[in-house]
Amino acid sequence: MTNGEPIISIRGLQKTYHAGEVAVHALRGVDLDVQPGEFVSIVGPSGSGKSTLFHIVGGLTPPTSGTIHIAGRDLLGMSDSERTQLRKKTVGFVFQKYNLLPTLTARDNIEIARDIAHHNGPLDPQFLDVLKLLGIQSRLDHKPRALSGGEQQRVAIARAIVNRPAILLADEPTGNLDTENSNAVLGLLRDLNGRLGQTILMITHNPEAAGYGHRIVRMRDGHIE
Amino acid sequence: MTNRLVFENLKHRPVRTLLGVIAISIQVTMVLTLVGMSEGMLNEQASRARGVGADILIRPPGGSIIVSGGQMDARFIPFIDKQPHVTAATGTLIFGTDLFNYTTGVDLATFNRLNGGFRFVEGGPFQHPDDALVDEVYANQHKLHAGDTITNTNHKWRVSGIYEPGMLARMVVPLATLQDLTGNTAKVSTMYVKVDTAANIPGVIAELSDKLKTYKVYSMEDYTSLFSATNIPMLTDFIWVVVGVGVLVGFLVVFLSMYTAVLERTREIGVLKALGASPGYILNILLRETVLLAVAGSILGILLSYVTRFIIRDLVRSSLIQAIVPRWWLPAAAIAIVGALLGCLYPGLKAARQDAIEALAYD
Repeated sequence: MTNGEPIISIRGLQKTYHAGEVAVHALRGVDLDVQPGEFVSIVGPSGSGKSTLFHIVGGLTPPTSGTIHIAGRDLLGMSDSERTQLRKKTVGFVFQKYNLLPTLTARDNIEIARDIAHHNGPLDPQFLDVLKLLGIQSRLDHKPRALSGGEQQRVAIARAIVNRPAILLADEPTGNLDTENSNAVLGLLRDLNGRLGQTILMITHNPEAAGYGHRIVRMRDGHIE
Repeated sequence: MTNRLVFENLKHRPVRTLLGVIAISIQVTMVLTLVGMSEGMLNEQASRARGVGADILIRPPGGSIIVSGGQMDARFIPFIDKQPHVTAATGTLIFGTDLFNYTTGVDLATFNRLNGGFRFVEGGPFQHPDDALVDEVYANQHKLHAGDTITNTNHKWRVSGIYEPGMLARMVVPLATLQDLTGNTAKVSTMYVKVDTAANIPGVIAELSDKLKTYKVYSMEDYTSLFSATNIPMLTDFIWVVVGVGVLVGFLVVFLSMYTAVLERTREIGVLKALGASPGYILNILLRETVLLAVAGSILGILLSYVTRFIIRDLVRSSLIQAIVPRWWLPAAAIAIVGALLGCLYPGLKAARQDAIEALAYD
């Protein structure tokens, strides 16, 4: 972890959705800095704005107002295609439900992320080491239906970091796993953070899981407490 | 990698993929069968016209190459027979019994001078006014032998002979009898003329055109070149109607198939977008799946056109003849692909524009 220019810098971030005629203020002015290599756990009750924060940081939706800089790029005012570019190379996602493509093998699930980011050629040796670290190299030729929940989530982690994104966003990564697999996945995330310096933001309801990060950020009603 | 995803997506739902391929193949088969039938029938008629052995053919004024009824005065035939360089002349009366079958009245005495006469495989020429001759194809289809009776033109005929196919018509009867039966006394539909040498054909054509004024005089070569679908406007229109129906079938099948696929894969689309896939990338996947379906359907459709030919020729044994028309394979496939791509557009654009967050939340 370094103390220099934040890799994520957020000031006064607001997001308002419109559900019919009702305006929903999901974020009401969030300020947050994340340093490169930091592992931040974000906790809070349902409706606190955690997922909305993730969606904005991940470029899935634009903010309504405020400033947000990711790896030096200003997200406010980005077009859809610019945010698509952001998701290709700057941000990696890990989801609660793994979200692997069911028709592809584990290897091809990882490869498609590279294909989308226009990365060709063989996997680099460092990534092959990561696959060993994740313990999935013998399972790469299986489709998701033949993998356990823990294995699927590890493949999802591999897919999320194959393009060396600046930030890894993990949304309840252990939500669908038993205790043993949850601990394994959380341990892997901590390892990736420690060995590779991967910046990680993780949403979790689990206080034990939150403890794996360097710090915990608590959200409530669209604010950071 | 994209191709692998496309292929695996189609493999993932084999029944839906197979149904899509079959539907598109039916569209292609429909077009190829219809075109094959029009070409087969026209080629066969042209071949039988050539089989008469005449050098010149005379027709009444009018557009269609398919003539029925007596529109020319048969008294011109002896006049034509006396023209310089003409060695034989005869006239036939064609009377249509259904869309594809015609009875032809012929004067055997003058007809035989053109070509030596029919080559019989059973029986022989007319003995009585109510005798008929049929070719082998007709005899096999209707299980006829010499001596049998058939009803045609509301008249009972005795089959006096069965001849080798490829000359004039499937069924011929005495000219005078047919003229009386159909109210075409002293009328013919077509006149055939034999010339002494090929070099004199143009000269005889010019002479006859000048003397016969309103009648159309063709060399046999020019006449048989008229046997194409483009010279039968109704047939060309019908072919285009079938093509249009085919495009519509392909469009609807692919639209429904792809729309279902997009709904089913909503979450996957969200995942691809989260990975950074652009709307164009998503659309590209669906377009490739569609093209693959259409190409597979086209290949199957081409193969099925051989099956329809077999059914028409050997199982149903109808009067129809279907040719295999390779020059229509690419156009039929192109029509199938265009129809399929049109059907994919709406579902493809829907998928491309799908909101990633909503898609990821879809269950």
